[in-house]
Amino acid sequence: MTKIQEETTFQGKEHESLLVLLQRAQSRFNCVPEEFISEVAQSLSIPVSEVYGVATFYSFLSTRPMGRNVIRICRSLPCYLKKSQMIIKSVEDKIGIKPGEATPDGKFSFELTNCIGACDGAPAMLINSDVHVNLTPRKISQILKTYE
Amino acid sequence: MPEKRIVLKNCEVIDPGSIATYLDRDGFRAWEKVRNEMTPEQVAGEVKASGLRGRGGAGFPCGLKWELAREAPGDEKYVICNADEGEVGTFKDRYILENDPFTLIEGIAIAAYAIGAKQGYIYLRAEYHHLLDSLMKAIGQAREKGFLEHLDIDIRQGAGAYVCGEESALMDSIEGKRGEVRYRPPFPPEKGLWAKPTIINNVETLMNIPQIILNGAGWFSQIGTERSKGTKVFSVSGDVAQPGVYELVLGSPLRELVMDLALAKKVKMVQIGGATGRIIPYDMIDTPLSFEAILGAGAVIVFDKSRDIIDIVYRTLEFLAEESCGKCSPCREGTEILVEILERFSRAEGMEKDITILEQLSQAMMLASLCGLGQAAPVPVMDSLQYFRHDYENRIKQKQGGIVR
Repeated sequence: MTKIQEETTFQGKEHESLLVLLQRAQSRFNCVPEEFISEVAQSLSIPVSEVYGVATFYSFLSTRPMGRNVIRICRSLPCYLKKSQMIIKSVEDKIGIKPGEATPDGKFSFELTNCIGACDGAPAMLINSDVHVNLTPRKISQILKTYE
Repeated sequence: MPEKRIVLKNCEVIDPGSIATYLDRDGFRAWEKVRNEMTPEQVAGEVKASGLRGRGGAGFPCGLKWELAREAPGDEKYVICNADEGEVGTFKDRYILENDPFTLIEGIAIAAYAIGAKQGYIYLRAEYHHLLDSLMKAIGQAREKGFLEHLDIDIRQGAGAYVCGEESALMDSIEGKRGEVRYRPPFPPEKGLWAKPTIINNVETLMNIPQIILNGAGWFSQIGTERSKGTKVFSVSGDVAQPGVYELVLGSPLRELVMDLALAKKVKMVQIGGATGRIIPYDMIDTPLSFEAILGAGAVIVFDKSRDIIDIVYRTLEFLAEESCGKCSPCREGTEILVEILERFSRAEGMEKDITILEQLSQAMMLASLCGLGQAAPVPVMDSLQYFRHDYENRIKQKQGGIVR
């Protein structure tokens, strides 16, 4: 069994499993590979276009490869009021890429995201599933060091 | 009036990792009462009599929703807890899930009994993946103690889509589809998840249930105003000294929350209900927080006098345009055009006729959009035009005088 075949095996109502399978692929491969999309379409008897439609609808799924660690800085109003632009700039400076890009070594992807529900600790960001709050440029350097 | 903790009574009191600490605080006693002494009709009736209304923003009477689902024909029914708290500036459900998952589970257990559901789902937003383990652990402990014999509760995780907090899009997402809004009727209590009778309740709504059952509808309906019973949990952020989660009796003045509890100073305006919420200028700071006046899901973002209203409305609409699911054109196209015009104003290139277009387009979107997102997207535009019209007009004058900020 290939890695992709392994990940397309899921018990449950047929269509229900689609999003769950795509989420699994995302966490295992850091993206939803094209090959995976066609494999899932076949195993669930759903048109490829529909699988692709779901894979591209959600912001936490990606058809292009993401880095091992995904940085998501909140750009919504409560964080904006607490100078999230400064945090965005300091991440850009630190890892040398812009939002929407990944570092060449595949270590980080950098995204801007909408409200992550941490407004009481604005400015805030997610790295993978970890929430980091009350950010300052200085804290950014320390936090980024802890991700390999 | 200070805070009144009903929904949050166990938060920061119990250990969210240990069901024993919850049981010490009357945990699952409401469920025991329901199971031993009440019929499903009685449970739905009690919730209806309490006057509890949905806490996710729409304010639909909770007991009525349950009654409709209970009376709908069929054996296969579902309870869904909406934990897709995506509204900008809202984090109360995160605080609740972090601190007291057990009351929520008890609320779901009671709801399932009332409508005759054997399967429940908690739809947890992707951004709250960090809460998954503790929530699963809490469900596991409740099951071990025998409180969930009538029900399976599964967690379904979102994948990053604001619109999935809208109930019909949420159900499509659980079904594994794109989270697009459905045409209604039929409403979920008749045809919901997999076209079966379904209730979808916000986290905070369900948190109210155990105490309504234990203390009775009469107790609950004495709290609050005529059409807004109980308390509301608010998330306060922005230009305040003490951002955080506060629970107040419904009908409390906005001033109390913003000035007395969150310690705001030099307030210019407050946005209530998130991106699609109302904008309240400082001179209306005594407005009561209630369904009769203003409420939403409880997001309260405070802006001080240094803030530029047009910049704020522009950013708000930019967000809504991005999160529009795209199914209906009034919302998909309307939000884009609003953004375009607001962007012109932010560059001091707005024209007199742009104000007319903003108003006409807003009217059309409110009337013709398929769901709450598109219907309410123009609210910040309309409110800012009502209360801060001179800011727009100044921007036009700036252009004419050649002064660009």
